[in-house]
Amino acid sequence: MAYSKKVVDKFENTLNNPEAFKVGRFDPKDANVGTGMVGAPACGDVMKLQIKCEPKGNTHVIKDVKFKTYGCGSAIASSSELVEMLIGKTLEEAKAIKNVEIVDALELPPIKIHCSVLAEDSIRQAIEDYEAKQ
Amino acid sequence: MSTQSTIYLDYASTTPVDPRVASKMMEFLTPEGEFGNPASRSHRFGWKADEAVEEARSHVANLVNCDPREIVWTSGATEADNLAIKGVARFYKSKGNHIITSKIEHKAVLDPCRQLEREGFEVTYLDPDEKGVISPNAVKSAIKDNTVLVSIMHINNELGTLNDIAKIAEVTRENKIFFHVDAAQSTGKVEIDLEKTSVDLMSFSAHKTYGPKGVGALYVRRKPRVRLEALIHGGGHERGMRSGTLATHQIVGMGEAFRLAHKEMKEDHKKISKYHEKFLKKVKEIDHVYINGDLNNKVPNILNISFNFVEGESLIMGLKDIAVSSGSACTSASLEPSYVLRALGRKDELAHSSIRFSFGRFTNDNDVNSTLDILGNVVHRLRELSPLWEMHLDGIDLDTVEWNAH
Repeated sequence: MAYSKKVVDKFENTLNNPEAFKVGRFDPKDANVGTGMVGAPACGDVMKLQIKCEPKGNTHVIKDVKFKTYGCGSAIASSSELVEMLIGKTLEEAKAIKNVEIVDALELPPIKIHCSVLAEDSIRQAIEDYEAKQ
Repeated sequence: MSTQSTIYLDYASTTPVDPRVASKMMEFLTPEGEFGNPASRSHRFGWKADEAVEEARSHVANLVNCDPREIVWTSGATEADNLAIKGVARFYKSKGNHIITSKIEHKAVLDPCRQLEREGFEVTYLDPDEKGVISPNAVKSAIKDNTVLVSIMHINNELGTLNDIAKIAEVTRENKIFFHVDAAQSTGKVEIDLEKTSVDLMSFSAHKTYGPKGVGALYVRRKPRVRLEALIHGGGHERGMRSGTLATHQIVGMGEAFRLAHKEMKEDHKKISKYHEKFLKKVKEIDHVYINGDLNNKVPNILNISFNFVEGESLIMGLKDIAVSSGSACTSASLEPSYVLRALGRKDELAHSSIRFSFGRFTNDNDVNSTLDILGNVVHRLRELSPLWEMHLDGIDLDTVEWNAH
């Protein structure tokens, strides 16, 4: 499978510099933290996404993000790409993110579109978790 | 061996052509060389080419101890498997329509079997044991009155495990059933003696043994005689079993490669065993590593390892300057993890996490040392990225988690 240079670069940068690329975790019990985890080991990918938010006006803003991903190179690149899109966004803006934005940004091949869907689902779940705590 | 700083550890997929083989092949192409058609009986161009083809045939026969007249040239092991399975099944269909094979065969065996099922044959797919071995007893108990053919591979291409083909052959001979063996991974790795072993048909490939791609052979036993229906008609070459002008340079290449394999098998084996041992020792130092296959019953050139909590394709991408292959779904077009590892009863996640390293004649100390240096580091970094590793460290049993699968 030939990946775009963007996938390869994103994957390698994330692997070589995990902290800068927001690899890690927040305490899931923290009231400011929302956690989403999608996928299954048997399917070959699991994405865990955590958002740390702050109230702003009548909404909440994503101040920081952490993630961990088990999966193929494009699953890791897709999570990393999503994470970059999230910081500074309001929850409404984050909910509006569509998987095609990740597909376009990374030039994912058709067989890997699944990875971007997983990323989209992880942010939805993380927001749901956060909102349930408020 | 490495080119452009990429280390090649995927010899089970294909091998480079040995330079000695390539130079021999060059003698059979150009106007100055012996370019004739081996089927031309009326001039020396034909005679010379025919001589070269027959010499190559005897080199192949010599490696596996059979009569050269029992060797039929094909385009590769895939064609040889097709010819053996479809050829025998169709020729003997009035005698019976049941075939026995295994779940861990190469697709070149499984797909012809599927085709025969569409033609009305019945196929039994045997399960291997958890080490990837097909037992002679399993074959025996699957035999029915209408069984005509058994097809079991010698060395599994993903695991390197060996099946006891001599024992299976005793079972098939006793029951007067034909026995085909896919030996694409065997030549130059283990000794094969077809005089002592009652195998009826055996498939070979040139490009797994330092010969060129695009050529292989099928061994077809003469005593007791095995007959088969040809797949390709037109000219009656190879005693009607495989028509088509013989590709002299390819065949000469295969012959030379097999001659060298016979001569250098011990030497190759010794060197590769040393690398295997070193690799294994070092890999075992990494936590949660599983060796797939049977360490006590395998060839040393193939080593299949699952690195738990790390997905295979991402590991391959992390090992970017090392050429290896994976049982991970993500490296295949089908998105299914390795059917071979699944047939062993390995959990899907371990199949997703598997990597096959395969060594060969041109592997050197530097290839092995550099790979081992990089491997532990990349596994560690991918685990730092893995939520499964994090959960494992937190003491969570991943089997008890309710996954939000897609």
